[in-house]
Amino acid sequence: MKALTTITDRFVPINIENIDTDQIIPARFLKATTKDGFGKNLFRDWRYENDDESKTIAHFPLNMSQFDGEILVAGKNFGCGSSREHAAWAILDAGFSVVVSSFFADIFKNNALNNGVLPVQVSDEFLQKIFLQDNNTELTVDLEKQTITIHSTGEHENFEINPYKKTCLLNGYDDIDFLLSIKEDIQKFETLIA
Amino acid sequence: MAKTLFEKIWEKHIVKTIDNGPSVLYIDKHLIHEVTSPQAFTGLNNRGIKVFRPKQVVATADHNVPTLNQHLPIKEELSRLQVEALIKNCAEHDIELYGLGHQYQGIVHVIGPELGITQPGMTIVCGDSHTSTHGAFGAIAFGIGTSEVEMVMATQCLLQSKPKLMRIIVDGELNKGVVSKDIVLYLLSKITASGATGYAVEFAGSAIRSLSMEARMTICNMSIEMGGRCGLIAPDEVTFEYINGREFAPKGEEWNKKITEWKQLFSDTNAMFDKEIHFKAEDIEPMITYGTNPGMGIGISQNIPTTETINENDKSGLSKSLAYMGLEQGHAIKGQKVDYVFIGSCTNSRIEDLRMVASFVKGKKKANDVEVWIVPGSKQVEAQAIAEGIDKVFEEAGFILRQPGCSACLGMNEDKIPAGKYCISTSNRNFEGRQGAGARTLLASPLSAAAAAITGVVTDVRELLN
Repeated sequence: MKALTTITDRFVPINIENIDTDQIIPARFLKATTKDGFGKNLFRDWRYENDDESKTIAHFPLNMSQFDGEILVAGKNFGCGSSREHAAWAILDAGFSVVVSSFFADIFKNNALNNGVLPVQVSDEFLQKIFLQDNNTELTVDLEKQTITIHSTGEHENFEINPYKKTCLLNGYDDIDFLLSIKEDIQKFETLIA
Repeated sequence: MAKTLFEKIWEKHIVKTIDNGPSVLYIDKHLIHEVTSPQAFTGLNNRGIKVFRPKQVVATADHNVPTLNQHLPIKEELSRLQVEALIKNCAEHDIELYGLGHQYQGIVHVIGPELGITQPGMTIVCGDSHTSTHGAFGAIAFGIGTSEVEMVMATQCLLQSKPKLMRIIVDGELNKGVVSKDIVLYLLSKITASGATGYAVEFAGSAIRSLSMEARMTICNMSIEMGGRCGLIAPDEVTFEYINGREFAPKGEEWNKKITEWKQLFSDTNAMFDKEIHFKAEDIEPMITYGTNPGMGIGISQNIPTTETINENDKSGLSKSLAYMGLEQGHAIKGQKVDYVFIGSCTNSRIEDLRMVASFVKGKKKANDVEVWIVPGSKQVEAQAIAEGIDKVFEEAGFILRQPGCSACLGMNEDKIPAGKYCISTSNRNFEGRQGAGARTLLASPLSAAAAAITGVVTDVRELLN
């Protein structure tokens, strides 16, 4: 997993609430046996009419050339629904390393963190402030300090992250490395409960 | 100290806790399927390690299997490759696979309980959000992502933070025509699709207690639709009776020992919940969804909400939702034309669901311009339905009894609802495109779905019950 510290970039706003993982990556694209290449189908049915790549939906932010950057900003309750990690893979593969929302679904949050994608949960008010910015505004997400800042106005907010997860992200560690390192403890536990 | 049901199970499974961090949670049973496991196996293979406890893993093929002609090779190439990868991975890692053609094959959340694999007090995970279903037995059961599938395969453990605890109490007696699916759609309409995010939800109260095991599974199944990390119901005699005698249920002395343990699995009288919500069963009528998240549901006699009457959570999305659904604010949902009826999914594809539908449609015929798909949850459900003559009832009504799989719940196989068509569905999600690009889903109970199959429109089933 790639380490993540501070990111300053423009953002892509998707001001829609309750975005479920079926929208992030529709089920018909879950048939791969690798983790690569999901980015091109990110928000597939909101990007193209009738699943036709020649018919882009002009008003969808991912199709608008004025929006760019590795920060995705979305309405509250982002990532609800299916547990498909393909949603996190698609977001990462499309070039995003941070998702900002005012509320995240549990499983999506874990999946994002397990792939080095940082979910930044802000207040509803702060989220609306970001949506009001123009497309040249940059945001800075500082994981060490746990802050997110809007450059044009200097407004900032703190966000929470589990200290263990923070260490993992800052260093690019995986949970699985940790779990494999305590296998003896796990085996001892098994004899206790047997 | 008084403890909740969740805490009693959670604490027994903690291997260790990281300072200021999550706990290492031991997993008793790991269920896997073809869609969310291949990348996890690749991860293990890249590390050169084997599945740590293969006897605690059970596999099936369900998400993208066809539901007709299962004896033939899978036509769709990518689906076939995924199913083949599962066969190869299970063979290499010594995992029991109930694949296509096996008498136990079926939807992962149907076969676990049906085979007695799911038991009270366990921790159960699967790379599928509807793993919450198994909580109906008084287990901590939740969906995980593929990285976590890999972790459990490698170590039989997961890093988890303890969720907050919520108790939803439904007391009273259910009205005529109201079944467990209506209860959960009602709860969703009240607490919204994110109302339980961050919580483990225990369902309690006399109305919940009165339900059969299969009906309880429907409730816990959709706890994820409220955002819940998992759903649980304390086990009781109904639970024990359901498990007794099943293939992998404890037997003999072991059974007696387990029953003693399981009887301790309840929330103590003074146990503390972070949140508790009460509902009355009498307030619930047959439910149906009108929008594009499962919290957007109403009683069948009600009108679709308007921007003025809808809850805060769904206000901003109402217009977009209704535009997608082709429905109008303030209009009645009753009488809405239906093109497809889908009775199936891990929510409602068990034998009781099929019996409920059969007993309602016996002697009736489906409406001419409606297509009705009945997809049993497992080979065992299918066999039981045939043994009881339910297949004949369906045939006479013009319904098609297909073969087991997830089917049109998420349209990963060929069973897709065409764009713009309305499908009344017993599944769990009405998200845009869930049942096929452009498909319009109305979630309802098996009984309400059966009523619509007969009339061709959204119907108040109570008007057709004697």
